[in-house]
Amino acid sequence: MKYAIFLGCTIARARHYEMAVSKVAERLGIELVYLDDFACCGFPVRSVDWLSAMSLSARNLSVAESAGLDIATVCSACTATLTECSKELEHNQELRDQVNEKLAVVNAEYNGGVTVKHFARILYEDVGPDRLRSEIKRKLTDLKVASHYGCHYLKPSEIYEGFDDHEFPRTLDELVAITGATPVDYQNKMRCCGGSVLAIDEELCLNIANGKLDDIKTAGADCITLVCPFCSIMYDDNQRKIESTFNSSYNLPVLFYPQLLGLAMGFDPREIGLNMNRVKPTELIAQM
Amino acid sequence: MEDKAHIVVSKLDPKFKDEVANTPGGEHIKRCFFCGTCSAGCPVHELSDKYNPRKIIRMILLGMRDKVLSSDFVWLCSTCYTCRERCPQDVKLSDVMTAVRNIAVKEGHIHPAYLQQLNLISTQGKIYEIDEFDNRRRERAGLPPLPAKNEDAGSIIEATGLSRLLANRGGS
Repeated sequence: MKYAIFLGCTIARARHYEMAVSKVAERLGIELVYLDDFACCGFPVRSVDWLSAMSLSARNLSVAESAGLDIATVCSACTATLTECSKELEHNQELRDQVNEKLAVVNAEYNGGVTVKHFARILYEDVGPDRLRSEIKRKLTDLKVASHYGCHYLKPSEIYEGFDDHEFPRTLDELVAITGATPVDYQNKMRCCGGSVLAIDEELCLNIANGKLDDIKTAGADCITLVCPFCSIMYDDNQRKIESTFNSSYNLPVLFYPQLLGLAMGFDPREIGLNMNRVKPTELIAQM
Repeated sequence: MEDKAHIVVSKLDPKFKDEVANTPGGEHIKRCFFCGTCSAGCPVHELSDKYNPRKIIRMILLGMRDKVLSSDFVWLCSTCYTCRERCPQDVKLSDVMTAVRNIAVKEGHIHPAYLQQLNLISTQGKIYEIDEFDNRRRERAGLPPLPAKNEDAGSIIEATGLSRLLANRGGS
């Protein structure tokens, strides 16, 4: 298994996520190739001009095409943006011509054929539950974990061709169960983190995230697991701010799924960046 | 208050819905039959009356062009796709909002946050620049170094004509 890893912009704020992905991938024999020419996926530009955003996405696809590799993503917004572009350009020749006209200025061209897949989906579908189970060294028994799927990991559903149910998803919960932890169900599970409006209306955005943290705490979870660095900014980086703004108290550690899996695979917490999460998972690690 | 309660028919632009329908993402706008499923499932609308999807579609179909394009609410969609998934008429409201934002930008109404992001992507190819300090920390974490910036993204933004927004700092 070999992929070009597409980090995206936000991962610059989540090195711990990348560390865990890197460790887990290495152990599972997934080769992740870093291509220097990747840039922004195009998502932030969609709201400004859709064709420009498609062109930025297509340029990234062309970088992978030149390297002869498919793309593994770690951010859900990058996943949806690049997947949508790849699918659209597969059948829309007119758009492909338009986009390639723009790419010509940087001597690039995209001819199709590059598939895009989120790293967590690669774990679920390509590595598979059996192989993952065989790598578990330390079962996370007694740990109750709430999965936050986030929006773009599963939606728009038509671009993901039937991967999971976008209203009642289960794949991330199944991945949690593989670690020996107990998946916790909670109200409004598919609620958005609000991240896309953080720069537009901060209080509103924090309020959306506050509702989710409240639902998760009420359900009795010990921690949250997720697969998108922007969702993590909302629940981990902003958790203290949310608590002070809304006079609430959560103290819920937020682990990227590869960190949770890495812990169960026996990695030292520091190797998978668990010392870099903002809400310290100290108690959780102490229980191991 | 009168402005809020009354619609002045002579000020409406009946072609606005066609303009939206002809912009990528807006193709299905006229399918809406106002059931309100979009507003019922919207995480932003649940907490704020500032953003009401059903009302926005109504405003577009009525032709309230200036009001919609100069509003703050067009920037409040969180792109969670809940409305898009649940809409019985496949209006694809999240994409309609993209179309409306694109038209608003052309009319000089770009939200400052998006202008700032465009500027960053144009100059460094990504939102966050990677400096030497970052790369030293990456090395300590066992991760390969990343290039500081990517210039191709800026060239593409130049080629698509978006750099004009950066030259005159948009309208907003």
